[in-house]
Amino acid sequence: MSADPANPRLGWNVLRDVGELVEYHFMVNALLAGAIVAVMSAAVGWVMVLRRQTFAGHTLSMMAFPGASAATLAGLPVAWGYFAFCGAGALIIGRVGGSERRTWSEESASIGTFQAVALAAGFLFVSLYGGVLGDLDSLLFGDVLGISDGQVLVLASVAAASLAVLVVLARPLLFASVDPDVAGARGVPVRALSVVFLAVLGLAVAATSQITGPLLVFALLLMPAASAQTITARPIPSLALTLLFGVGVTWLGLGISYFSVYPAGFFIATISFAGYVLVRAGAALLGVRRARPADPMPVDGVIA
Amino acid sequence: MAATEHERRSGPALELDGAAVRLGGRTVWSDVSMRVGPGEFVALLGANGSGKSTLLKVALGTLALSAGRASVLGRAPGEASRSIGYLPQRRAFDAGTRLRGRDIVRLGLDGDRWGLPVRAPWGRGAARGRAAALRVEAAIAMVGADGYAERSIGECSGGEQQRLLIAQALVGRPELFLLDEPLDSLDLPNQAAVAALVAELCRSTGVAVLLVAHDVNPLLPYLDRVVYLARGRAVEGPVEQVITSETLTALYGLPVEVLKASDGRLVVVGQPEPPAHHHDRHDHSHAHVG
Ligand SMILES: Nc1ncnc2c1ncn2[C@@H]1O[C@H](COP(=O)(O)OP(=O)(O)OP(=O)(O)O)[C@@H](O)[C@H]1O
Ligand SMILES: [Mg+2]
Repeated sequence: MSADPANPRLGWNVLRDVGELVEYHFMVNALLAGAIVAVMSAAVGWVMVLRRQTFAGHTLSMMAFPGASAATLAGLPVAWGYFAFCGAGALIIGRVGGSERRTWSEESASIGTFQAVALAAGFLFVSLYGGVLGDLDSLLFGDVLGISDGQVLVLASVAAASLAVLVVLARPLLFASVDPDVAGARGVPVRALSVVFLAVLGLAVAATSQITGPLLVFALLLMPAASAQTITARPIPSLALTLLFGVGVTWLGLGISYFSVYPAGFFIATISFAGYVLVRAGAALLGVRRARPADPMPVDGVIA
Repeated sequence: MAATEHERRSGPALELDGAAVRLGGRTVWSDVSMRVGPGEFVALLGANGSGKSTLLKVALGTLALSAGRASVLGRAPGEASRSIGYLPQRRAFDAGTRLRGRDIVRLGLDGDRWGLPVRAPWGRGAARGRAAALRVEAAIAMVGADGYAERSIGECSGGEQQRLLIAQALVGRPELFLLDEPLDSLDLPNQAAVAALVAELCRSTGVAVLLVAHDVNPLLPYLDRVVYLARGRAVEGPVEQVITSETLTALYGLPVEVLKASDGRLVVVGQPEPPAHHHDRHDHSHAHVG
């Protein structure tokens, strides 16, 4: 069986196609890195959706762009730029959200301002490079097929560390996310948890950027979690579904992109979006069918 | 694990002595002395902005006194947080919050503990897991929320959420309930039902209750005492002594009349509501009265 990476052909035999995929080291690395990142961003994204911090997540993914262009400008590996800028961005957002009486609109206004500055910086770096940044595509959409063994190792350690933090913080983080007042009254360090979570979110965004590129991070960070939370309100099944969606979408996207000329990020985002649309449509349909006349709340012990 | 068989202490659940709070450079209230005894049901009344929620935050230890002394369950505020069931003011969950009512109640039991809530499915771990699940069940049953505990909390009505949140506050078997306007946003039958529920919890579990309310009437059959906050001062005592024309007139410094309807309901007439011009009114009233 002689496969030619320059001219892959999709056949009807799925097993053979998959066999062809894993014959190449770069493809194995891509699938491995994809799975690692998918698991990490699915778990982090699940908490992000519950915390309603998608805007902060979006801003962090915008940080990845100036990060990548700055690293390229400085002649450093792009991944360094991702981690440095997303990490710094997380800390800054953590500061911004740090005021005692935090209102949502206030927070989103300052985060939005920050996001504009970040994007501007990105374009500044790109133009400083002299307009000959031939690979703007890979800055924006990632370069999953060029992932080295070393990068896989780095991604694996970052993911392991982030997941470990999430596991240790699990219950207080959940408490502080859905019910900060009561959690704070019970002695949960709400502020500190928020900063730590933003840092983990920054790491997840930086890692995901390497697979999908900064522009399509939400395909792995938001969509699996949003779909799963639409399907069920039970925490454990919904987390499991999120992980499943994330890894499934990533592998499917990588597999298809191997047989096509378009970047993996495009397929990952498209499949992920299609899945989300399907789930929402299904939920709407079921919701219509399940709709029933509102039954009055049981009232016991009414005192006239 | 917290003691499963709760021993009720004999000292007061909450005690303020000559207490004062300053917020944003302004004294919210001062020289406030009050207490909630063990197993007592006390209502905290007062107009908007009179500092009722502030008093609860002092008891929780999230706000420091500028003068005076506070003790909660015999300890300094903030040191007894696991023994307090707290229900903050007006807290509606976003319609998109995808967690079940049951999960929200469960957070009240062990949400402040580190780690995942997974336990080994055998031996002691399994037994503890079952015990925790049973306590959550019992709390849900106590507030009569069985019908919607499986639903996503965002889809529950305001009254249903309120009941689930009371279940969350009581599932940790607290010795002190601090409930900030739990009757808010409920219709009249539900106000009566929730008041009866809190009174029943107070009686059957011996928990001391400090409940913030705007209308004392749904609580009248159950209250041991009331604390009334106005103009930066507090009066404390039995309902029939505090909610009277004389006491409230003295407290507000302007004529306030308390009328008693034939069904026993109390109506306060002339009570100044908007808090914004606190000090203007103060001067006015002096001009009127003096
Ligand atoms: N963080 C703060 N900084 C400055 N002033 C504050 C702060 N929090 C509350 N206040 C002020 O303290 C006063 C008491 O507020 P509090 O929330 O305790 O009133 P309340 O009695 O609970 O009113 P309501 O019935 O509206 O809930 C108000 O005048 C409020 O404006
Ligand atoms: Mg209040």
